[in-house]
Amino acid sequence: MIPVLLALLALLLTGGLAAAWSCPRGASRIAAGGTAVAGLLSGATAVQTLAGAAPAALTLPWSVPLGAFSMGMDPLSAWFVLALAFLAPLAAVFGVGSLRDEEASRRARTAWGWFNLLVASMLLTLTARNGMLFLAAWEMMTLSSFFLVMHEHERASTRDAGWIYLVASHVGTAFLFAFFVILGRGTTMDFTAFGPPATGGALFLLALVGFGTKAGLAPLHVWLPEAHPAAPSHVSALMSGVMIKLGIYGLLRTLDFLGEPQAWWGWLLVVAGTVSAGFGVLLALGQRDLKRLLAYSSVENVGILAAGLGLGVIAARGGHPLAAALAVAGALIHIWNHACFKSLLFLGAGAVRHAAGTTDLDLLGGLLKRMPVTGASFLAGAAALAALPPLGGFLGEFLILLAALRLALFGGMSELGAGALAIAGLGLAGGLAAACFARAAGMAFLGEPRAPGAAGAREASKWMTRPMEALATTTLAASLFAPLALRAAGALVRNMSWLPDGAASSLAGCGRVVWGVCLGSALLVGLSATVFLFRARRRRGRPTRAAGTWDCGYAAPTARMQYTASSFSEPLTSLFRAVVRPGERARPPEKRFPAPSAFSSTGKDLFRGRVFVPVFRAVSEAAEWVRRLQQGRAQLYVLYVALAALALLVWKLR
Amino acid sequence: METFAEVLIILVVLTNLKLLGSSRATACIRTVAAQGVLLAALPLVTSGDAITLRMIAQALVSGTLKAFVLPFLLLRATRGARAGRELAPFVGYTTSILLGVALMPLALALGRKLGVTGPAGADLLAPAALFTLLVGLLIIVCRKQAVTLVVGYLAMENGIYAMGLAFAQREPLLVEMGILLDVFAAVFVMGLVARHIHREFDTLDTDRLSSLKG
Repeated sequence: MIPVLLALLALLLTGGLAAAWSCPRGASRIAAGGTAVAGLLSGATAVQTLAGAAPAALTLPWSVPLGAFSMGMDPLSAWFVLALAFLAPLAAVFGVGSLRDEEASRRARTAWGWFNLLVASMLLTLTARNGMLFLAAWEMMTLSSFFLVMHEHERASTRDAGWIYLVASHVGTAFLFAFFVILGRGTTMDFTAFGPPATGGALFLLALVGFGTKAGLAPLHVWLPEAHPAAPSHVSALMSGVMIKLGIYGLLRTLDFLGEPQAWWGWLLVVAGTVSAGFGVLLALGQRDLKRLLAYSSVENVGILAAGLGLGVIAARGGHPLAAALAVAGALIHIWNHACFKSLLFLGAGAVRHAAGTTDLDLLGGLLKRMPVTGASFLAGAAALAALPPLGGFLGEFLILLAALRLALFGGMSELGAGALAIAGLGLAGGLAAACFARAAGMAFLGEPRAPGAAGAREASKWMTRPMEALATTTLAASLFAPLALRAAGALVRNMSWLPDGAASSLAGCGRVVWGVCLGSALLVGLSATVFLFRARRRRGRPTRAAGTWDCGYAAPTARMQYTASSFSEPLTSLFRAVVRPGERARPPEKRFPAPSAFSSTGKDLFRGRVFVPVFRAVSEAAEWVRRLQQGRAQLYVLYVALAALALLVWKLR
Repeated sequence: METFAEVLIILVVLTNLKLLGSSRATACIRTVAAQGVLLAALPLVTSGDAITLRMIAQALVSGTLKAFVLPFLLLRATRGARAGRELAPFVGYTTSILLGVALMPLALALGRKLGVTGPAGADLLAPAALFTLLVGLLIIVCRKQAVTLVVGYLAMENGIYAMGLAFAQREPLLVEMGILLDVFAAVFVMGLVARHIHREFDTLDTDRLSSLKG
């Protein structure tokens, strides 16, 4: 535990120093250096733990009621800490590059302070072994990320986003408070002292709302598509890559606390997961803003994770150790993969924004020629997200679907239903995700620039491209590490008290399937490389003729003749009109010699417009009469105090 | 001796009404100073023969502070401000006096109920103290000018002092000294604040401060 403690100290020290440092170049490098050191220290501990070292623990004196500063590192924590330790330094290095323009400003320096505090609080959340400490770290995480979301606070949309994020997070935290208090029966907050409670179902619901809000499960996802686009890209990468996964971490811990799970918990998770996956990807398909699209895609992936967990619970309850182990291991592996490629995509979006000044897909285009490294990395990330076989993103979904298939084939009627639902939902989401990222990558990087900003784009600096290259390599090579990841997941599965006994050992028997995937992937990569080389050799020596992309005999092509993001997704969004409710504005051509016509669409969030806005408006209206008491006049407040004192006096002396 | 104490108490009540009725800040400051002096003299009158040197000294300190130091600080704050008189308070002067008159029976009833048997000849002391306290609060609620608000605060302090006299005849002064120190610090700070308000907004009205609200 000492390395983790040192990592925390390094983060806090360098973060504080960076925030206070007035030397123009120093702040960024100090903070990023501290994050790198912390990543090394905590990553090494996590790897040791996953490799089979004894779980470590540490308790420091802390005088808070029911609280204890007890930290620990077991395989479950290590799994997430490793993702954090890998991503945080890369995001920080990217941040050094992307904040360079405003490096000397006070705002950038405070942003570094918050960034390191965010990393530290995530590390503390993952290693906390006491409810009070956990909640304190959780709150710290929310607040530091809130200040990072508010980085560009001069924009009204950013302030809106920050506000929504703060409210959503605190609603979630309120549920978690209740969860921990009831779980400890108000007498203890130590994780080790939590026994299987009598009111497991209610506690599970509390945890699902509390952790689900952070994870971004539909319909609690509303803050995600607001906060991610508003935050600086290296922060959204970290938030989407690791922070929302802490919600899943919380759910896994909860399952450990609650003992024997009920089947309906699993059903709830499967339904919420498939709804999130389908809904998230459909809305992603309708977005014009690249970062907002990525945020909705995170909702989709969290849905896949929740569905995996739910299948695991159902299988554990129904006595299918192999299916349970497969589902949980699939979800775990998908956590790593998603962390990799989603932060890669967010960093790519950040590089695009830095170069072209916008992330609006209808103003981009042709960036692959102008930003080859960013473009190639983004394409790799997009392919991984679409779960194309040799890349990261495939294995996790593959294992989850395998588990669903086993449940559907060998389980009873109820398990058949859950398995079929998961297969249908995740299959649909996977197909739509491929379409969605074909659209995102195609609109941004292929074709011709649609606006002067994109036309003048230049490749980002080394600070920004190196992290993307590292992440792209990781996600490309992910399948090669599959057997290793499966072994590590086995260690976790063995430690989960709610899984049936044979789960871990039956998982070890799956090694062959995974090796097959691994070899198949290698073969596929080798085959594509051979074909590519063969073609390249045949083409060598022949002259290459350049012609206009849209040169079908039309004399004056312009960039406006390309497909736009809206027109590309129109067939699919109109198919799912009932769910997506595209905000379409169309002016179709009318007469024989058509006058100017136009079409544009934006994906609108059903839950936000139909559920949360009305509910919060009702609450706000109910609170309006309370606000009348507050007029901002000191005299009035004194009057309230005086009247209250007088009333008390009269009542007491009556 | 008893009649003397009663006269003093009635004078205190009258100064309260004068405070509610006067619109000039300087007049208010002088009135509250006079009230302070009256109250400082009260323990010397009520305790009859048992006057000690210590009581005289404390009365002198309290009287000097209230009659000279605090008015000096406040008058300095109003100096240069056009606002000698407050033209548009939240509650008008006639209404304020009427409210004060309405508060008087309430204070009497409550003061009786408190069951304090004041020092010799001062059954009226507890109601009068309560009345002074309420009038101070009323001034704070009804007026806008920073200096007038401080005057209300001082009247409240006078009320607390009088209440202390009614409760603990022997050792009121120890408490009083503590409160007096607070009041001194508060008036000092509020005098500064008033000057800053005046410099910034060219008026002493505190309701302009709500424009600072975020």
